[in-house]
Amino acid sequence: MMPAMAVSVATRLVHLSAVDVVIVAFYFALVLAIGFYLKGRANTGEDFFMAGREMTAWIAGLSFLSANLGSLELMGWAAAAYQYGILATHWYWIGAIPAMLFLAIVMMPFYYISRTHSVPGYLKLRFGESSRALSAVSFAFMTVLMSGINMYSMALVMKVVLGWDINFSIWVSSLTVAVYVALGGLRSAIFNEVLQFILIWAGALLIPILGLIEVGGWSNLKLQIAHNASAEYTHLWSTLGSFNNNPMGIHWTGIVFGLAFVISCGYWTTDFLVVQRVLAAKDLRSAKMAPIIGAAFKMLVPFIVILPGLLALAVLPVKLSGETSAVASGGHSYNEVLPLMLARYCGPGLLGLGITALIAGFMSGMAGNVSAFTTVWTYDIYRALINKNAPDAHYVSMGRWCTIVGVLISVGTAYLVMSFLSIMDYVQALFSFFIAPLFGTVILGMLWKRATGPGGFWGLLAGTLSSIGMWAWVKLDPTALRYVALSPNARDMAENMYRALWSWIVCVCVTVMVSYMTKPKSDLELSGLVYGVTAIPRENEVAFYQRPLFWAAVVGVVFVILNIIFW
Amino acid sequence: MHDRVIPIWFFIGISLLVNGMLIAGAGLWEVFHPPANPVVLFHLHASLWWGALMFLLGILYCVRFAPGRQS
Repeated sequence: MMPAMAVSVATRLVHLSAVDVVIVAFYFALVLAIGFYLKGRANTGEDFFMAGREMTAWIAGLSFLSANLGSLELMGWAAAAYQYGILATHWYWIGAIPAMLFLAIVMMPFYYISRTHSVPGYLKLRFGESSRALSAVSFAFMTVLMSGINMYSMALVMKVVLGWDINFSIWVSSLTVAVYVALGGLRSAIFNEVLQFILIWAGALLIPILGLIEVGGWSNLKLQIAHNASAEYTHLWSTLGSFNNNPMGIHWTGIVFGLAFVISCGYWTTDFLVVQRVLAAKDLRSAKMAPIIGAAFKMLVPFIVILPGLLALAVLPVKLSGETSAVASGGHSYNEVLPLMLARYCGPGLLGLGITALIAGFMSGMAGNVSAFTTVWTYDIYRALINKNAPDAHYVSMGRWCTIVGVLISVGTAYLVMSFLSIMDYVQALFSFFIAPLFGTVILGMLWKRATGPGGFWGLLAGTLSSIGMWAWVKLDPTALRYVALSPNARDMAENMYRALWSWIVCVCVTVMVSYMTKPKSDLELSGLVYGVTAIPRENEVAFYQRPLFWAAVVGVVFVILNIIFW
Repeated sequence: MHDRVIPIWFFIGISLLVNGMLIAGAGLWEVFHPPANPVVLFHLHASLWWGALMFLLGILYCVRFAPGRQS
């Protein structure tokens, strides 16, 4: 869900004063203190892996969003806004809000009522052990790899921004995450994610406020961007009628069907990294409200991510460029836009808070990866395939050790990436292979009771393999882009959108075909798992303004209005 | 059953309070000792008012969600 980042300019952008260092050090002390405080409250499997299932809607919702709001996400999309203009907002609005509302209203009841510990756990209940094993192994493998890649990228950013040693950044931040997650489990991860969410906003919010003051408001900003770049940079939809009319080289069908329908739904509704936070909610209504609260805040994130990128187009005296030309010319790359804006407006103290926000973003993302990996490994691989009948305390112990091991594997991956930089592109592509087909499998499992176990397994496998196949096809023969992405002019992001769409279609078609050739489960076996044979609790006893559906409608209306305003 | 957990909002209050105090203090110092290379819009003294705002919010959260006040 973020553009690839590879920062390689080795100049220090900002210098921290003593007060900045104290602010950063205080942050590390506080997150560790929270971990130690919560250690005594993570003694059972339910406590350690599911945070006791007692989180309020607000805490689960903010944590749900924070696990996604990594620092590379912040810096990567600010860079994308500088490069592609306001089109980058699609990844926050249509590429997130409908999916989050869909998760809340349609899918959450099945996840929650089934009492599953994880998304692979749901696949086990619905389709059987083979589907669970396939999704659990791929998720666990890719999660630690992604965590390592993010770790390396973050260390590289710290080197460029602050001049910090890469080894120092990797070990200090990863060991801190390992300690607080191993001690307090998911509850500690969630608590820290909420803290990190607040710090991200506190640290990043001043940039757009001061930026808008400097340029004289939104209207002047648009004029300035039209002068410095192009008027197309401030339109969300009006330039998407053709691949050639916008800076991203994408058509509206790719945004609507590829991004909004497949990639976004796949990520927000089936990626266990984010779904785990909602499963920790204290009751079904909180579990449904959590993604809606997350969606409301997600709509605001462009204010601290996209707007700084746009402001940079208007106010920065230097022209930013891609990595290669930045290295060649000794200038700054797109990926440095957020630190550059931070250095432009923030003096001592505020700078420390901004840097803390970046570190907090990185650590919330990593804690999300590690806690999700720990749960999937312990429940869906270790307990399911290796040791089925151990006592609960054994699995908690396994979870704690797994947290440490997961972090160490991530550190190893970070060093591997350091030696072989090209791995980064491949692994990020690999991760995307699983998301779209998994959404096809889960959504059919929840909404179509005729889907069978073999149908789910073969559909998931076929969708994944077809995605890998299309990616390899374009790698080997770049002219294949005209078939995969429907245009030879499509860029990387457009290719990802269409590849996801095709792999989802393959997954759904194979699942339907195999299901019709195999014997379905009875309604009794599907109770609590599938629409039509599950009794979903009514909410008649609460006032309309306390119902998730009401707030989903409010968020939906605001979403539509925002899209019209920035059309 | 566990005893009650200190709410996360209390920890957030502590974070806002300490960070706000440090940032407002740094902003106040700069008012009397202006830097040689000030940031853009230095005359607005963003550190001072942003830090003060965080400090006040921090006090509010610490008092509202203090462990002893939980019902």
